[in-house]
Formats: sequence, structure tokens, C-alpha cells
Amino acid sequence: MESVKIASGKTPILQLKEVSVSYSPGSFAVNKVSTNIYPNTITAIMGPSGCGKSTLLRAINRMHDLYPHIKTTGEIILKGKNVLAMDPMEVRRMAGMVFQQPNPFPTMSIYDNVLAGYKLNGIRLKKRERDTIVEQSLQSVGLWEEVKDVMTKRGSFLSGGQQQRLCIARALALNPEVLLMDEPTSALDPISTNKIEELLLQLKNDFTIIIVTHNMSQAARISDNSMFMYLGELVEHGNTTQMFTKPQNKRTEEYLTGVFG
Amino acid sequence: MKDKIFRIVLFLAALMILLLAAGIIYALVSRSVEAFGEYGIWGFVTNAEWDPRSATEEYGALSFIMGTLYTAFFSLLLCIPFALAVALFNGEYFKGSKLSSFVSSIVDLLAGIPSIVYGLWGFYTVRPIIIEMGVNAQGFGIFLSSVVLAIMIIPYASSLSAEFLSMVPNKLKEGAYSLGATRLEVVQHISLPTAASGIVASFILALGRALGETMAVTMLIGNTNRIPQGLRDTGNTMASVIANQFGEADGLKLSALIAIGLLLFIITALINLVAKMVMKKLART
Amino acid sequence: MNHHKITHTGWRKGKDKMTFVLVCLFSLVAMFPLFFILWDVISKGYKNFNLRLFTEVTPSSMDAMLARMNGEPIPGGILNGITGTVLIVGMAILFSVFLGLFIGIYLADNRGKRFAGIVSYLTDLLQGMPSIVIGIIAYAWIVKPLGGYSALAGSVALTIMMLPMIVRSTEETLKMLPVAYKEAGLALGSSYTSVVFRILIPSGFGGIFTGILLAVSRVMGETAPLMLTALGASVVNWKVMEPTSAIPLLIWDFYNDPNLVDLIWSSSLLLLIVIFLLNWIAKIVARKWKV
Repeated sequence: MESVKIASGKTPILQLKEVSVSYSPGSFAVNKVSTNIYPNTITAIMGPSGCGKSTLLRAINRMHDLYPHIKTTGEIILKGKNVLAMDPMEVRRMAGMVFQQPNPFPTMSIYDNVLAGYKLNGIRLKKRERDTIVEQSLQSVGLWEEVKDVMTKRGSFLSGGQQQRLCIARALALNPEVLLMDEPTSALDPISTNKIEELLLQLKNDFTIIIVTHNMSQAARISDNSMFMYLGELVEHGNTTQMFTKPQNKRTEEYLTGVFG
Repeated sequence: MKDKIFRIVLFLAALMILLLAAGIIYALVSRSVEAFGEYGIWGFVTNAEWDPRSATEEYGALSFIMGTLYTAFFSLLLCIPFALAVALFNGEYFKGSKLSSFVSSIVDLLAGIPSIVYGLWGFYTVRPIIIEMGVNAQGFGIFLSSVVLAIMIIPYASSLSAEFLSMVPNKLKEGAYSLGATRLEVVQHISLPTAASGIVASFILALGRALGETMAVTMLIGNTNRIPQGLRDTGNTMASVIANQFGEADGLKLSALIAIGLLLFIITALINLVAKMVMKKLART
Repeated sequence: MNHHKITHTGWRKGKDKMTFVLVCLFSLVAMFPLFFILWDVISKGYKNFNLRLFTEVTPSSMDAMLARMNGEPIPGGILNGITGTVLIVGMAILFSVFLGLFIGIYLADNRGKRFAGIVSYLTDLLQGMPSIVIGIIAYAWIVKPLGGYSALAGSVALTIMMLPMIVRSTEETLKMLPVAYKEAGLALGSSYTSVVFRILIPSGFGGIFTGILLAVSRVMGETAPLMLTALGASVVNWKVMEPTSAIPLLIWDFYNDPNLVDLIWSSSLLLLIVIFLLNWIAKIVARKWKV
């Protein structure tokens, strides 16, 4: 794996060491990926379909635990702790996830959706705390003005883009160390996509974001660093601008120029 | 031309349902008129007296309405924890697994056992247990009937509920897990609320079945024609009094029994209507 | 924003584990009755489950009493019940399949129309009717006017019970068939009638047949409506207008007669075997004929 200096002097917030994920014995969807992610950056994970990018992302917050036939090996060190050896519930508090399909909980109001992370974890908050968290979270995704008068309503009437921003707010409400995003805009229209990309650029000041995307231009637009994966392996990880202009690996160059993928 | 005839035939067939339904209502109502005429509808419904002796003939449906309500609601109560457990087992915890197909097959078989066999089992095997438990001296009564009835309706409540639970979209559950929830919390806050209307509807449908159940109840309820004084008492349900006394009935007694049949029909139709409305609410969300 | 340490994780995980255990436990207990009932029926029924059961008619109460006093097994079997069930259920199948099929076709082809909606609602209404009330109806329509109990009256009652089930399964099966089947047939110049009978019904045969099997297995065990209509008979009867027996009716008679009580278990065993067999065949057919 070729890497170009992606940050200097800072300690990585997330370290991947020989991470492998297999769906069935012998076949690896992710094969010995090792790299570092630095704080307050947006890292895009790119690659053709089936290259393992979503699988790698979901390994970080232990989503694979839900499916007993999936085995994950290696080390994932998040803020000094090995994710794979921790209690999954604690991991998921530290790493928030936004999915491809917006999935606000239909049986909860917008207000309750934002607080869902607290409710599900059995944390009781005083009304003032709740109100503050809701307002701050919705403000940070630029949704506050749009929904502040209808917060007691269910979220189903919101547009796709608004629903996705609600889901981001819900993840952010728990103050995660990293925000994992699995193709968050691929189900949305261009205008909503634009809004969310702008949002991510702002959020990076407070959070570290890892975004899986199959859209190269999106990666080029918003990410500081990019990881290129192919057939489960991490081919190249470097500064986005440098990788796009002067890729170190032939495979990367082929992908970026559209030879495949 | 052939098609035209065929389509007319199809239409007539469909019309038969209409005629059937109309005929049923007419048959029930016209034969209930005698009893209702004698006591007035309200009078009949609220009268707990049931005396077939010709000198003191008097009929009223209240004892049986109460018997029906007692057994149906108590059996529903008893079946809820078990039906919910099976529904969660099949629709959530072990969804899609071989174990789950095994369990649903077993539960389906329970639904296939005829009412009379349940009655026999209730009489010969469960009744002695009830007597042992000290519920009442002879074993018969509301308690025994409700226990057996509860077992009979578990399959109806559980298989429909399991279906609604399994329809909860995976993406919602993953969303909750990603926020750090335990399985129980996902079930409690996501799966159950999302499937709620369907689950409620299936229990209402199970209640409807319990209301109309005849043979097992007839054999276990003790056949007394008065309002049961609590769960330990004997009684009769609307269905069981008809089964027990229709044989030689005629005249006013026959009319009274048919009137009870009409009431039973109306009650079950209403319950099923409520279940349908609850399910429609689910479709809307 | 505030950081809240997740508290009592242990407690939450404990609740989770405990709930899981409870769900498994209660599910297990819910399955017990099946085994208890099967155990009872089989262990008590196999003794009298012999050829005699199938070939002889029910003994009279007197004969049974004498046999018991002499320590002999009860003579007789349930042949009259078996033939009765065959006659009554057989006729019911004829009536309900014929009618139910057409109604199902009508509903599948006329979705959205007001009339079809009403028919659909009434079909559901009929499905929910308590069996004893259906018995009353058949009594009112057949027994009273014709002046006597009969196999026909029993069949009418069972037909009313089976009809909604067959209508629904036919309708659902046809609805699941790809529209392409019908359109391709019509595009070949075929008449609607031919398309229905030569393409749609054969394609949906699995689902329709399964529906019929399940409806039959449901009514085979029904006692209440037959008590008011067919009444029962101690001899083999193939005459449609005469009182006829049926297996569940015999079980009820045996139950009420202390001399004949021993026969209830073997009869129940036979009934259960047939019902479970029908269900099993229905499952196989459904799987093989997946649309």
C-alpha cells in the first residue's frame, strides 16, 4: 500500500492495523487493511462496487456483530482503545453512523428522533438538557430553522435531504469521536447532496468524518484525504488533491480515469 | 360471446356472497323476532334469567353474554405472554432460521387440532390438574375453559404478530444499533412500536376466535345458566348454550337461542371490523 | 455539547439477556400443549386403532355395555362416521370449490370496483362467523323446511365455512401471478375464458389447491354445526337427505356415553392423522408449486 504523508505531527484518532473481514471462511471482503485517520479531517473511501469500502466502515462500529457468520480480525484503535475488544455498545457511542437510506424512526417525533441515542441507551436528561441538545444538534445540521415549529410531528413528511440531515443530527447528538457515513447522499437529489456536502465541510471543525462514496467528484470536492480500495485491499491512502493529480499506484490512476469501476 | 357469458357467471357467483350474507342476516333476525318481541331487545339482553320450564318460561341472554366475555377476555389475557413470546421468537430473535420454521410449524399444528379434541384433552387431562390446584371441586368452569381456550388462540395471535414484526425494516433496526442500543432496546423502542398496530389487530382477531369457540368450551364450562360469579364458577357462553340446548328446542326457547346466535354474530362481526380498522391504521403509517 | 457517560451498561445487558431467556422459555412452554395432546391421543388411542375401527359401524350402547362387563374390547368401529364425513365433506368440497373458485377469479379481476369491495368485505365477515351460528343458518334453511336432519344440511353448513377460505386463497394466488401471463394469452388472440382456465388456473394451481386442502382440514374436525344439521346416524348412510354421522359427531356421542367412551381416543387419533396429513400435503404442494 502506497501512502503519502497525510498529516504530520498529530496523533491519529483512528488506527487500522491489519483489519480483515470475511463473510465465509477463506474469502475476505476486506483484506489486511492498515492505515491512520487524523482528527478533524474528512476521509473519503472510494473504490468500485464490491471493493469492501462499506464492509470496512461497518467494521469500525461493530455492525458486523449483528451477523454471526461475519468474522473480523486485526486491530481497530479508536482514541487509544481497541474497538474489536470493547463492548460494542460503547463503540457505537464513540463512532456514529449515517446510512445510505435516511432512516428516521417513524414512531418518534423529530424531537425524539434527535434524542433517540439517549433514549435507547436509557439515559435520562432533564428537559432543559434535552431542549439544548436538540437545538444544538439541529442547528449544526442547518435544520433548526426549518423544523423548529414542527418538532413534535413525525419525520416522515420531511424531504429526503431533510430526513438525512435529521439522521446526521441524531448521530451527532451523542457527540461521537468519529462520524462514519456510508454513501449518505447517493439516495438524494443534487440540491440536497450539495447542502449536505457543505454541512460536512463545516462539521469537520468539530468532528472527524469518514465517508464511503462511489462518487469520485464528491470525494474530490469535500475530502482532505482519500482511501482507494480494490478487491478488499487498501491500494492507496493519501492527500486527496495529490492523489487525484498524481496517483502513486497504477490501479488508482486507472480507477480515477474511469478505466474501470 | 363465450366471454360475456363467463363474466356474467363470475358476477353471479360474486353476487351469491351478497345473497348469502343477506340470507344469513334475514334468517337470524326473522327467527329472533319472537324472543325480542316477547321481552324487547334491551330486556332480552339484560335478563339473566334462563328458565325453560314451561310453567315459568323466561329467557334472557345476559348470563351467556357474561360467560362469553369472561372466558374470551380471560383467555386473551392468558395467551398474551405466550403469543408475544412466540411472535418475538419467530419475527425478531430467530427470524428466518430453521429453528423458527420448526417452532412455527409446531404452533401451526396446534391451530389444526379440532375443538372437540381440545375439549377431550381439557376434560381428561387438564381438569384433574385444575381440581388439584383447588380452583373448584369439579374442575369445570370459566377457569378451565379459559386456559384451554388460551392455548387454542395462541397460534392465531402469534403467527400474524410474527409477520408484522418481521416486516420491520432492517434499516431502522440498524439505525438503532448504531446508536449503541441493546437488542432489547431495539425491540422495545423500534420493533414493537413499528409493528404495534399489526400486533394489536392480531390479538383482536384472536379475541374474535375465542368469542365464537364452541365445542371445547361446551365440554368444559359446566353448563349452568346463570351469570358466573368469578373465574372459579361455572356458566355457559353464547356458543355453548346454543350447542347444549338447541337439540330439542322449539317455540320461544328456539327463538331465544337463535336470538343469542344473532347477538354472537353481531359481536364477532364488530370485533373483526375493529381489527380491520386497526390494521388499516398500520397501512397508513 | 455535553458528554454523558453511558451508565449501567451491565444492567441493560442483563435485562437484554433475561428478556431473551424469557422469550425462549415462554415459546417453549407454548409448544408443550401440542406434545401433551398428541401424547394423550396416541397413547390412549392406539389400543383401539385397528382394522375394526374402519370396517364396522358403531356399536349400540347396550352391546358396548355387555362387552365391558365381560371384559371384552368394545365391538364395532366408526365406519359410519368415516363414510359420513366423506359424504358431507365431499359435497361441501364440491359446492364450495365450484362457487369459491369463480368468486375468487371475480375478485382478482375486479380490484378497485365498489361491488368487488363489498363482496370482499362480506367474505371476511363470513370467515369470522362462529361455527355454531353457521349451524343455525343451515338448520333454518335446510333442516326446518325439509322437515329433518340430513347430510345435505351438514354440507351446506360446511360449505359456508369453507367458502371464504377458498375465495381468499384463489384470489390471492391469482393476484400474485404476473400480469404478463394474462396479457400474453390475450395477445395471442385467446378468449378471456380460455386464458383463465388454460393459463391462470393451471399456473396458480399450487396456491389454489393448497387453499382447498387447508379449508378441508379445517372443517373435517367441526362438530358444532353438524350437531344442528346432520345429527348423526348409527348406520352407514349414503343418502343425502337422511341424517348422517361424521367422525367428530361420533366422538361427541362417545364422550357422552359412558359405555362407548373408550372409542373417543382412537377416533380422535384418526381425525388428527387425517388433518395433519392434509396440512402436510398442503405444505408440500405450496412449496413445489411456488409461483
